[in-house]
Amino acid sequence: MTTVAVVGLSIVLFVLGTIAFIVKRDLLTQFMAVEIMLNAANLAFLGLARGSGRLDAQVIVFFVMTVAAAEAAVGLAIVLHIYRRKKSIKTEDLDRLRG
Amino acid sequence: MNAPLLSLITFLPLAGAIVLIFIPKEERRRLFIAAIAFAVAAFVLSLVLAVRFDGNEAGPQFVENRPWLGYGIHYHLGIDGISLYLVLLTAFLAPLVLLASRTSIRDRFKEYLLFMLILETGMIGVFLSLNLFLFYVFWEAALIPMYFLIGIFGGKRRVYATTKFVLYTMAGSLLMLVGIFVLQGTYARLSGSYSLDIFDLSRMVLSNSTQTWLFLAFGLAFAIKVPLFPFHTWLPDAHVEAPTGASVLLAAVLLKMGAYGFIRIGFPLFPDAVKRFAPGLAVLAVIGIVYGGFMALVQKDVKSLVAYSSVSHMGLVLLAVAAWNTISLQGAILQMINHGLSTGMLFFAVGVLYERTHTRMISDFGGVGRKMPVFAALFLAAVLSSLGLPGLNGFAGEILCFAGIFAAHKIWAVLAVTTVILAAAYLLGMYRKVFHGPVTNDRVAALRDIGGRELLIFIPIILLMFWIGLFPGTFLKKTEATVSRYAATVQSRRAEHVRTNRPRLVSEVTPELEAGTGETR
Amino acid sequence: MPVFVFIPLAPVLGALVLFLFGRRLPRRTISALACSTIAAAFVFSVAAFINLLSTAASGQNILTYKLFTWISAGAFRADAAFRFDPLAAVMVLVVTGVGLLIHVYSVGYMSRERDYGRYFACLNLFTFAMLLLVLADNLVFMFVGWEGVGLCSYLLIGYWFEKPSAADAGKKAFLVNRIGDAGFLLGILFLWTAAGTTSFFSLEIAVAGSVIAPSLATLSAVLLFIGAAGKSAQIPLYIWLPDAMEGPTPVSALIHAATMVTAGVYMVARLNPLYSFSPAAGQIVAFVGALTAVYAGTIALVQNDIKRVLAYSTISQLGYMFLGCGVGAYAAGVFHLFTHAFFKSLLFLAAGSVIHALSGEQDLRRMGGLKKYLPRTYPVFLVGALVIAGVPFLSGFFSKDAILVSAFARGQWFVGILGLAGAVLTAFYMFRLIFLAFFGNERFPAEVKSHIHESPAVMTRPLAVLAFLSIVAGFTGLPAVLGKRANLFSRFLEPVVRPAAEGNLSLGAEWTLILASAACAAVGIWLAYLFYVRNTALPGRWAARLPRIYRLLGRGYYVDEIYGAIVVNPLVRGADAVYRRFDLGIIDAAVDGTGRAAGYFGKAAGLVQTGWIKDYALAVLFGLVIFLGVLLF
Repeated sequence: MTTVAVVGLSIVLFVLGTIAFIVKRDLLTQFMAVEIMLNAANLAFLGLARGSGRLDAQVIVFFVMTVAAAEAAVGLAIVLHIYRRKKSIKTEDLDRLRG
Repeated sequence: MNAPLLSLITFLPLAGAIVLIFIPKEERRRLFIAAIAFAVAAFVLSLVLAVRFDGNEAGPQFVENRPWLGYGIHYHLGIDGISLYLVLLTAFLAPLVLLASRTSIRDRFKEYLLFMLILETGMIGVFLSLNLFLFYVFWEAALIPMYFLIGIFGGKRRVYATTKFVLYTMAGSLLMLVGIFVLQGTYARLSGSYSLDIFDLSRMVLSNSTQTWLFLAFGLAFAIKVPLFPFHTWLPDAHVEAPTGASVLLAAVLLKMGAYGFIRIGFPLFPDAVKRFAPGLAVLAVIGIVYGGFMALVQKDVKSLVAYSSVSHMGLVLLAVAAWNTISLQGAILQMINHGLSTGMLFFAVGVLYERTHTRMISDFGGVGRKMPVFAALFLAAVLSSLGLPGLNGFAGEILCFAGIFAAHKIWAVLAVTTVILAAAYLLGMYRKVFHGPVTNDRVAALRDIGGRELLIFIPIILLMFWIGLFPGTFLKKTEATVSRYAATVQSRRAEHVRTNRPRLVSEVTPELEAGTGETR
Repeated sequence: MPVFVFIPLAPVLGALVLFLFGRRLPRRTISALACSTIAAAFVFSVAAFINLLSTAASGQNILTYKLFTWISAGAFRADAAFRFDPLAAVMVLVVTGVGLLIHVYSVGYMSRERDYGRYFACLNLFTFAMLLLVLADNLVFMFVGWEGVGLCSYLLIGYWFEKPSAADAGKKAFLVNRIGDAGFLLGILFLWTAAGTTSFFSLEIAVAGSVIAPSLATLSAVLLFIGAAGKSAQIPLYIWLPDAMEGPTPVSALIHAATMVTAGVYMVARLNPLYSFSPAAGQIVAFVGALTAVYAGTIALVQNDIKRVLAYSTISQLGYMFLGCGVGAYAAGVFHLFTHAFFKSLLFLAAGSVIHALSGEQDLRRMGGLKKYLPRTYPVFLVGALVIAGVPFLSGFFSKDAILVSAFARGQWFVGILGLAGAVLTAFYMFRLIFLAFFGNERFPAEVKSHIHESPAVMTRPLAVLAFLSIVAGFTGLPAVLGKRANLFSRFLEPVVRPAAEGNLSLGAEWTLILASAACAAVGIWLAYLFYVRNTALPGRWAARLPRIYRLLGRGYYVDEIYGAIVVNPLVRGADAVYRRFDLGIIDAAVDGTGRAAGYFGKAAGLVQTGWIKDYALAVLFGLVIFLGVLLF
């Protein structure tokens, strides 16, 4: 029961994060949406680990957390850099990769 | 003595390249000396190899075979009569090419030397690999330095030329890679173990359709490299734009990789497909001979003239390969060396002219013979060698090609003999316009004859031309055993196949060998 | 090693030294070296000849010596081997003998040239190649000499390579020869596939044993004859020889009269078993020869360049030799080759002496009355003309007669009559030349006149020797009607060249023929006298009356122009059009098109890339949904 609830919550979180990422137009918010998705995944791991009683998934959560921390550091740096160059963090303005 | 001679020869140039990295790029002299030293060392070792090579042995010698990446991918080197002289030719020309670059390359000298040395390793590796995967690795490895050599050091349209060159050859070799995997899988299915060894693979009897597709895949890669008509249009562009040294190696060695591929892989692995495709191949080769000759006739740039002459000459080589008998194969191998020497020398010579006048247009010259008598004489020797004058190397190869082709198919030979006329027409036509006649412009009037360093490049080539021309026996006898075995094997494999058309593995292929007898008479 | 092996040695060493150091050596050394090497070769030739005579007594007529195996692969094999037999003996004696005289002459003639060393280097190399050609034991090795002489011819015609016409002439000579050589090569290959060998000895056996199918024999004989037609300037490949006169005159004498151009005749004689085996091929040879003899003779009638007259005359005389060989009288053909070598080189060298005297003038219209200025050249020139015209008891008479007798004896009336007609032409154009050059008004400018001088002894002495030889050479081959010492020459050649099957020409008929050919000579000379001495207005009047024919002959039937229009130009223009339209326009365009198509495709596909990160995220989402959907359902 609790497992289902936890995983359900993680799915809800993940979907919210995804929607936020797609709908929002400003990089910082999108960044936060990504964090939410990551944590949703973490939550799913934990819930399932609890349900199955194995430790592997918990280990992975640590990995994800470290990666997320690193990502946050690098990502924020990038965002800052973009802001400095473009004076904007609106994604509409960031289309240099257009084919 | 069990030094891994082949590995040494292959990787000495690469080692040289690594050493060069640590020499500052301003020190031209030291860079030059280091590069030459490594190339000469490789050449000396290849001479040792040639001396110790046993001409009576048909199979590969000096074999090095170590597991490498698994799945049948071995580090497998070996040399036999087919590859011996191609390796020697490469090792012989490389120091000369470096020598020629001393004055012709002004900027980025270090990179030039680096790429040349890497190129040498790639080319030698292609001829020594007995494992298909290794072969492929070297095949591609030879491509990359050439890409840079043309792309960085080339003429005005170098980017166009080098892109064309790389895309053309890549298109071919990609299919070859697919073919290699198919072969690997088929072999595993038939024998239960992995192997990419060329000799193992040639023991497979494949179904007709598989052979057809595989031959087309490999054949395209080789045909582009040769280049066979109508895949030749990259060649004139690449040659015209390439710096002298790259042109020399491109014509003298890189083109041989295609013909070599046909001899080493295309024909032995797919004997029945060859039976079906040989006539088509021969037709293309004949077209190439005549077509290349006529195209050379109307070129205005000396380099593209020589490039088209290569199309014509390599057409003859490929026709001889398609005829596939002892005589024609001996002819083809000798002719590859001859073409390497004569065309290589012609490109060197064009480089000499270009360095002095910064033009290659035939119409910009005239009367050079008066200003540069020694050079004119040497150039004439190269021209005569290229057009197959008896006594020089070109003839010995040519007559064997003709005789072998004749034994296989008279009409092909009759058409191929037109090259005798065409080669004289375009080469002497060019010689007439460049060297004869009155001196008409200041550029020519200001020319001075070639000096010591340039003589050092030309004289060894000329001596070799005479040697091969007068005593081709010294060369032919080392290749005869391998060649007659190859010729006989493919013939007997065809017979084998005729009996049953079911994919399987045949045990060791050992046809009765009557050394020295061709099969068709 | 037998002595004949050494014959070619000295010339090749000389050539080597001269090529390498010729630019530094003093002239004296160069000429001494060049002449002494040929002299050495001549001495060796004589020694070998004497040796052959002695071994022939013990029945050993054919000596061979193998130096080494030259090219060998599978069943194909060509040795570097020499064969010395009576035919080769005759040839080496001619080549080294006449060659020596011409070398000596050249010392004087070329004394003021800049590239002295190069000249003698080429001349020595030529002698070497020619010796190789005649001494070779098999067709492939013979081809070395065959091409070698072609190369030297190219180098020497283009000796003054700064002169465009000379450079072009050299190139033309090489190219036309190459066309013949392609035929020659094919002939070798056909013979090799048919008989499995290229050595003359084995070929003879193969032919005798009928190993070769008659049709193949004919085919290869004809192909080989194409090579001969190229080298020996026969229809249709003769066009290079007149232009070859751009070379120095001694070269014309040695290469383009005495030796190289006779290589084709030599080859046919050498392969006489083959040509006898294939009557059709023999007939073609005879026909082409006879036709060329008359054809070139007609062109020679109106040429104004002294050397061109002689060039066309050479073509015509070569035609006679082929005529002889074609009808099966190989010995007669070779006999004519032998005598021709003397009298034609004599004529060329004498013409060279005239040109030398007139400061390079070659146009007959600007000569005349030279008799008194050139007291030593004139008589030898006259001797040469008398010999070639076929005046009885001179060598040209005997050799030409031998050919015609054989032709008629074999019932070859047509070629025989052509031969007689050619004899009239020969006498006429030769004496036209004599009369125009040595008689009549002096038509040269005063400035030239002030420089006229007789040539130095180094030039005139060889002329005297050649004149002597031209007169007496004929006595080695007297016709049968003149007693029992007749036909020494053909009897000497018998071991190699099968004797002409005894003609069924009666003694009376033979006498008639001899008289007829003497009459032909007389008529020709008389006509020339009529036109160019008695009534000098006649030629002009005839030319005015028949302007078309006159022009037609003057331009050599416009053959150069015709070849240019129907062969050379269409090929070159066609190649150029193909290069532009097809190579660049289609193949290369297709390649570039493929590249460009890939570019366009990339551009089109690139439209998906909006650059907005949201779109990518959406795409990822959709992808995920589809992926999961496929996975789950």
